[in-house]
Amino acid sequence: MIQLDSLTKVFDTPKGAVVAADHIDMEVPAGEICVLLGPSGCGKTTTLKMINRIIRPTSGKVYINGEDTTGMDTQDLRRGIGYVIQQIGLFPNMTIEENITVVPRLLGWDKARYKERAREMMAMIAMEPDAFLKRYPNELSGGQQQRIGVARALAADPPVMLMDEPFGAIDPINRAVIQDEFLKMQQELKKTIMFVSHDIDEAIKMGDRIAIFREGKLVQSSTPDDLLAAPRNAFVESFLGEDRALKRLNLVKVRDVVSDDIGCVRPDDTLEAALARIDDFGYQSSILMVNDRRQPVGIITRSVARTTKGYCRDHFLGIPASVNLDDDLRKVASLMFAHDTTWLPCVDDDGRVCGQITQRSMTRHLGSRYRALEGDVSPNATALTDTTPKE
Amino acid sequence: MELILFALDNLDLLLTRTIEHISLVGVAVGIATLTGVPIGIAITKSERLARAVLYLASIIVTIPSIALFGIMIPVLSLIGQGIGYLPAVIAVLLYSQLPIIRNTYTAINNVDPALREAARGIGMSHNQRLRMVEIPLAVPVIMAGVRTAVVLNIGVMAIAAYIGAGGLGTFISRGISQSDPRQLIVGAVAVSLLAIVVDYSLLALQKRLTPKGMERDTSIA
Repeated sequence: MIQLDSLTKVFDTPKGAVVAADHIDMEVPAGEICVLLGPSGCGKTTTLKMINRIIRPTSGKVYINGEDTTGMDTQDLRRGIGYVIQQIGLFPNMTIEENITVVPRLLGWDKARYKERAREMMAMIAMEPDAFLKRYPNELSGGQQQRIGVARALAADPPVMLMDEPFGAIDPINRAVIQDEFLKMQQELKKTIMFVSHDIDEAIKMGDRIAIFREGKLVQSSTPDDLLAAPRNAFVESFLGEDRALKRLNLVKVRDVVSDDIGCVRPDDTLEAALARIDDFGYQSSILMVNDRRQPVGIITRSVARTTKGYCRDHFLGIPASVNLDDDLRKVASLMFAHDTTWLPCVDDDGRVCGQITQRSMTRHLGSRYRALEGDVSPNATALTDTTPKE
Repeated sequence: MELILFALDNLDLLLTRTIEHISLVGVAVGIATLTGVPIGIAITKSERLARAVLYLASIIVTIPSIALFGIMIPVLSLIGQGIGYLPAVIAVLLYSQLPIIRNTYTAINNVDPALREAARGIGMSHNQRLRMVEIPLAVPVIMAGVRTAVVLNIGVMAIAAYIGAGGLGTFISRGISQSDPRQLIVGAVAVSLLAIVVDYSLLALQKRLTPKGMERDTSIA
């Protein structure tokens, strides 16, 4: 757990004192990722770097796992905190192994133990130890280097990590991959992480909570969903963007919206029976056809069922797409737009139909959160009354 | 032809003088490295100090070597070493300070700030940072400074023959005083060749000392 108590930094510049961080109070619960988000110069990086004293706080306190760090030795403090920076900062004179084991070596681990640890770390970041440990950073791609950067930060198994725009210098495709890998690791490692970003999409993806900064002040700290649903003020709203409702599509899984009430036909059913079923369920245009194992195989359209005689198996059309229960709504919306359809069948991991998702149910689900929050009755919307900017 | 015959006839002497020359420069630049590198590292702590030290070292280099020898004669005569080995070594030691201090200072200062921040952030002390990161990364540039010092001072040492320090300069000084162009030219060519050979050997050493992961960046040095 990381707690910041009235953490403040005032820089003396030739133009006078600049308050880079103004009485920041916040808390990152153990095992969570908190993303500090804001425009450049908002104080998010300053706040992060005061935790491991790369920047010395002017006043205020930092607690790690309940312990006041003020009296701690700076080197001891830093060795207990994983640190990942945007520029990666692998030491070019050291091999990958030496880079990964640098903190364990500083901590005086014996050789067998830290060598073993290097191999463990490589396995964790899915890189082949024998192929990479003896190589040097300049032989690796940017994405590989940042994986090593993360491994170096995690090598001594610190409970807390600070990440300063860690994936900012990596191309978008690799960035998404590394973000996913990192989230997967985090599910097992459960580190307490403070993560600086200026990218709202990254923040939504990575953060359990998002803390929005502006001009040295903490403006709002909420879960991503609450933040998007209920921005505290006009600044947060404009920072999140006009399309913030769309961004929420990333956060909601099919599982949350799916309706298991879906009518199907079998290949052996007659088209007459199919039409009756379409009417029974009140479907406008078509009905899903499944095989014996309840896997979707096609659709029967209303017009075919009405005008043709025969069995479903001879008159079906291919299904445009299906979605998995763990897909997010963004993918669903995209598929719906691409295939000009208002519903899609949902399948479980075995490919069996377990329900359907409609455009109507999606908009209703997203809208209900807005409506609930408009009345400000949601228990999830954390109020940070003491840090509300004076505007 | 005449020159080559002369050189061959005096091969023994030529070798002795060359070894003398190398040992004079070697001892002087060796000591200069031992003092210059720590000074170069120390002055990275304060920009004002750095400017003062580098300024002083630059002034020393502007003193003509003949004048420097002249200045040292009365001073060192107090301990009976007015001419010969000691003033020659001291002169070279002084001349070597600028390239060595300046290159060390620049190299340490130019270490990528991101690396320095990473080193601090993972909990290295100042000395650990120097030992594990900054000095290894600075080695190629420091070595380039040492090479400059050596090549520069192989020339300076030739003049030290006038104060009786020996070395290849004796051929040149005798060539002039005896109006013997053979000695003059053989001495001059030997000094130049020595400078070239030593420079290349040190370049090879520099490459060996360069951390493996940085080899790609050092082709310019």
